[in-house]
Amino acid sequence: MSETKLLKDQAGRRGFISLLGKVCATTAMCSGVGTVTLESLKAAAASTSTPVPTPAKAEFPASGPVPGNDWTKRRWAFGVDVTRCIGCLRCVEACKVENKVPFNPQDFRTWVERYVYLDGEDNARVDTQSDPVNIAAADSPQDYRFSNRYRNEKVTKAFFVPKLCNHCENPPCVQVCPVGATYKTPDGVVLIDEKYCIGCRYCVQACPYGARYFNEETQTTDKCTWCYHRITKGLKPACVDVCPTQARIFGDLNDASSDISVFIKSHRISVLKAWTGNGPHVFYNGLDGEVS
Amino acid sequence: MGAFLQIADFVVSPFSGYVYPNETVVPWGVLIVVYPYITGLVAGAFIVSSLYHTFHMESFKPVARLALLSALAFLSFAPAALLSHLGHPERSVEAIWTAHWTSAFAAFAYVAGFYAILLILEIWFAFRVDIVAMSQTAKGVLGRFYRLLTLGSTDVSERALAYDRTWTKVLAAVGIAAAAGLHGYVGFVFGSLKSREWWSSDLMPIIFILSAIVSGVSVLVLVYVVSSKVRKATIDERCMTGLARVLWAFLIVTLVIEALEYVEMLYRSIEGIEMVKLLIAGPIFYGIVIQATFTGLPLVIVTVLLARNVRGKALIGWLSFSSVLLMLAVFAMRWNVVIGGQELSKTAKGLVTFTPPLWGREGVVWAATLLCGSFVFLWALSRLLPPWEPVEMSE
Repeated sequence: MSETKLLKDQAGRRGFISLLGKVCATTAMCSGVGTVTLESLKAAAASTSTPVPTPAKAEFPASGPVPGNDWTKRRWAFGVDVTRCIGCLRCVEACKVENKVPFNPQDFRTWVERYVYLDGEDNARVDTQSDPVNIAAADSPQDYRFSNRYRNEKVTKAFFVPKLCNHCENPPCVQVCPVGATYKTPDGVVLIDEKYCIGCRYCVQACPYGARYFNEETQTTDKCTWCYHRITKGLKPACVDVCPTQARIFGDLNDASSDISVFIKSHRISVLKAWTGNGPHVFYNGLDGEVS
Repeated sequence: MGAFLQIADFVVSPFSGYVYPNETVVPWGVLIVVYPYITGLVAGAFIVSSLYHTFHMESFKPVARLALLSALAFLSFAPAALLSHLGHPERSVEAIWTAHWTSAFAAFAYVAGFYAILLILEIWFAFRVDIVAMSQTAKGVLGRFYRLLTLGSTDVSERALAYDRTWTKVLAAVGIAAAAGLHGYVGFVFGSLKSREWWSSDLMPIIFILSAIVSGVSVLVLVYVVSSKVRKATIDERCMTGLARVLWAFLIVTLVIEALEYVEMLYRSIEGIEMVKLLIAGPIFYGIVIQATFTGLPLVIVTVLLARNVRGKALIGWLSFSSVLLMLAVFAMRWNVVIGGQELSKTAKGLVTFTPPLWGREGVVWAATLLCGSFVFLWALSRLLPPWEPVEMSE
């Protein structure tokens, strides 16, 4: 599909991005890094006096709805350096706070998997922060921990794998959405218009990575947006910002000197479930074949 | 094993092995089991009706119009199951106005809508003579209702009746394709997803169509037998034998295709097959047992009924018994596909065990209410348009 056609097709569904644009026009309001909800965006948009061009249905503006952020110029991508992740789970906590993800053990925009090979076992034992043993090890529902459950075992190999939405080139979730509430932006981010989602959960089924969940509060599907409200302001996703070991890398593929471009150039990278043909845009370094 | 927590309409299911954290809430519950089940009844009932209206199989005459009403009653409740399931049912109309055509779901309103129009038209032609007659005899509100239903067409001359017959025949013929299309499409909704090993199969639409016809014919047998008993009317044995033949033919093909599906999956033994085996031996074990035995046993019974040319009460009793088993078998098949597919984790390393909540929007009680509602609606329809005594249309 040509870019022009893509833009035209998506023109009718860009309401809330337009809203984001209005908000970002008032940079003073947007300078904080805190949580931004759609309601607060609305309120901010209502108070702004900066005229923002409304995208026409027939012709979508070449520069996206966020002034100063030309969404046709960037090509966002995410990197995960498995060899650096220490499983501290600060990324998971930051994501929950930043994006108002319900603090429960079954709704996550991002999570971390722990793979542990015990002596004499061929297959890895895998758990995440959602495992009941790990939940029990946490101090509160707002904290996430990996319990030291293997301290008495002989561990031969172990590593952590952060997971999130892969923002695929050919996203099956976008393909199956009956109303087009979930869509791919020209800068490569798969978003959900929560004002348009009918809550059928077909996209949850279609995602092979388990990256989507159904938000009980909004009765719509939710997932990682690479913190679109932050990256369009020049910030990094919350999980990338808080990672103490730079295991999470984010940037613009069109910029040869960006963190992600350098990461991809300097490592042997791979993607998850390449066989699906989805073309994931989360690139991993040091991924074990066991990881699916 | 994870904790078992009740959260509003949804259940956090226990799991074993490794499953993605977001998978512990099964997205599609019992309502999405009921949805393909009800649409299946539509397809099966309609096809029996078409065997009479299009192919002049006279033995199906006693149930031809009952089948049409049954199809309409079930079709009316299929969207209810889907709508109840949606997080925002008030936005469902967007799937029509701004349909995203790459989605299989987007076609539902159009496919079902086309089929509903076709069905209503056929019912109108099939019942027109009765409607005209009732518009002249019924009084009060009912009389006005029937007069409205005639749409001003009160001509029951031979020429007009011939016109009705032609339309009924054409609509029934198109309806066979539409019925198969409607249910094949439901199978496509599942079969086209590459994310789930249990669903991703080219055979899925075929299995759905075949099992739909089996369940539809079975429900028709039961509705016919029960309604005849209630009305103290004689059950047409020729019709029952005809239904048994249709059932047998579709049953044997269904059984073979379903068996092939399982055998092929096990034989291919791709990554994750161990989990598939654990799924069959675990969460859906009883579902698989019901599906297999309640399909196999009726096949034996119906084969004996036809081979030995059984008549009378034995025919009616055993065919009804087989129909009950088959309806349960097809429901189990829907459960095994819809729920089983979600119990098998996308990680291919774990299983979720789903138990539906009793109450609430996604609860068993509401799903059962919708199923029962379709039968109540059928009863109401049969009171308004009695399908029992077809008015003779001279050739």
